Amino acid sequence: MVVPAPSHNGNGAATPSGFSGARRSIGSPQFSIRRMEVDQLSVSYAAREAVKSVSLPIRQGEVLAMIGPSGCGKTTLLRSLNRLTELTRTARVSGRILLDDVDIGLIEPTLLRRRVTMVFQQPNPFPMSVFDNIAYVLREQGSRRQRRKTLEPQVHSALDRAGLFEEVKDNLDHPALRLSGGQQQRLCIARALAAEPEVLLLDEPCSALDPQSTQVIEDLIVNLRDDVAVVIVTHNLQQAYRIADHVAFMYLGDLVEYGAATTVFGSPREKRTQEYVSGAFG
Amino acid sequence: MGAPVATPPASPPSGGAPRKPSKGLPQSGSTWHLSDRIGLAICWALGLLFCAIAVAIVAYLFVQGIKYLRPEMLFTPATAGFSQGQTGGFSDAFFGTLIVATMGIAIALPVGVGVAVWLVEYGRPAALARVTESTIEAIAGIPSIVLALFGTVIFSSAALGFLSRTSEGVVFGRSFFGASAMLSLVALPLVVASTREGLSAIPQHVREASYAVGKTKIATARRILLPAARPQVATGAMLGLGRIIGDTAIIVVLLGATQNFAPVEGAAFPFNYLRGAGTTLTNFVYEASPTGNLNQPEKAYAAAFVLLLMVLALNAAVDIVHRRARKVGTWSS
Ligand SMILES: Nc1ncnc2c1ncn2[C@@H]1O[C@H](COP(=O)(O)OP(=O)(O)OP(=O)(O)O)[C@@H](O)[C@H]1O
Ligand SMILES: [Mg+2]
Repeated sequence: MVVPAPSHNGNGAATPSGFSGARRSIGSPQFSIRRMEVDQLSVSYAAREAVKSVSLPIRQGEVLAMIGPSGCGKTTLLRSLNRLTELTRTARVSGRILLDDVDIGLIEPTLLRRRVTMVFQQPNPFPMSVFDNIAYVLREQGSRRQRRKTLEPQVHSALDRAGLFEEVKDNLDHPALRLSGGQQQRLCIARALAAEPEVLLLDEPCSALDPQSTQVIEDLIVNLRDDVAVVIVTHNLQQAYRIADHVAFMYLGDLVEYGAATTVFGSPREKRTQEYVSGAFG
Repeated sequence: MGAPVATPPASPPSGGAPRKPSKGLPQSGSTWHLSDRIGLAICWALGLLFCAIAVAIVAYLFVQGIKYLRPEMLFTPATAGFSQGQTGGFSDAFFGTLIVATMGIAIALPVGVGVAVWLVEYGRPAALARVTESTIEAIAGIPSIVLALFGTVIFSSAALGFLSRTSEGVVFGRSFFGASAMLSLVALPLVVASTREGLSAIPQHVREASYAVGKTKIATARRILLPAARPQVATGAMLGLGRIIGDTAIIVVLLGATQNFAPVEGAAFPFNYLRGAGTTLTNFVYEASPTGNLNQPEKAYAAAFVLLLMVLALNAAVDIVHRRARKVGTWSS
């Protein structure tokens, strides 16, 4: 599957063999701020170690793609960044994760999860209207009080940032589950953005979508990276190549290689990376 | 009405006859064995038979009901008399049914939904959750006459005397309060089971999507999960209501089964009525039937017809809730 490259993105960098299409996130970003710092993170489920002593930085201003074969711990790593792992009773986490130099273990989980929001593989709008999906995030826990008028600007801007506003502005009261799959996923991104997070986690956000919706979301992700640090898990190496600035390759719980996308795909240091990156393309 | 509908299974059920080694999926019809065909025919016949029975009951009650029911019966209390023309209507029974239904479900619904949310979303401590589960299953299996007996013990206690009539230090124990409380136990297991089913059907990632924007478990349950499970909650409530308005044993034992309201003197409205004894439609039908004390079969049919209409209305309400929910859509996988 080759997704047509957007015309506005010329590409000067040498394309590694096998990779087609232009990189959307060309060159180095304008700036980058270190937002999160993963330090010697290990996660195990009962006796099974899913993530083994992983350390890496997460920066605003760039997209970090996590790649690796199924079951290597990508989702687990992502979920430990906003302490969703705590909802799994068997999960044990050790090591340190800092958000703006504060250990996330010291941050109230509900606050942390508004600063580090997440989008899932399956589009999962809430069973309410498009408007209410966003308003739900903006309101206090469980409260319904705030008036629609006062929330409207924030709802519109969140939808706008997710590139959905123009499509749904006349149908804000329609059930969100009646949107197309791609629109649903962008609504989920809008929802995640409505909390004004510092870090946006995306776990295979395009795997249930058609190529066109995928392309729309890829463009969106690249545009978002200046405002939020973006971490995306993907099985689609082409996609990682197109949108990522940095790439982390995981294998059986180990972080095998972390580096600039061009390096990891062009001239990986590790043999396992080399095999994975080339193997997937014959 | 819920007649079983027999549809051909996707693959032939394994009957007694040896099967031909089939390659891939069996083709429609052509690979069906004679025994399967006979079995299917029996299923269809049984299904049709049940349909016929249900239709016969409903049709008969409709004919009799339309013949005998007069609207004023719903608003005229029963009185003593020598002929069916003199004995008034059954308004006390009609309103009695409405009262126990309202009060019973008003207890069973919040408690049942709360229990279901706790079991599905928290389930901690695990031992207590298991005990609760089996308790509710046990309640579902207890005949309502046993619940009624148990209820007389509880509501005749001095501590609960304020819920019924007390004379000369003896607590009567029979009241709308007592009957409704016990009837809520009849409805509770249905509410819990149905709500649990609805909650369990929601994909885990939907909950996590709510937690992942900083919502607490309680906020998620209130604003996302329960609204999503609304059709099943409604189904449970309607099934529970059906059981409540259909119950007779608890009415006879715990409501007093008088033919009229017997309000407690000196108590403020509406507590004078709720603390007093009364009756319901099921009890009226029983009493008015040829075997009962009143022996007014025409009014028995009229009251039974009203009961039937109530049950049909409940079914229709469930249907509407489900149809609305379908409009909202659901998650893939
Ligand atoms: N809730 C859980 N309980 C027990 N083990 C789990 C749980 N979740 C994940 N695991 C195990 O942890 C390991 C890593 O899983 P994880 O979901 O993080 O992999 P992944 O890289 O996201 O895989 P995929 O690409 O298939 O999504 C796997 O071996 C998996 O079996
Ligand atoms: Mg995963």
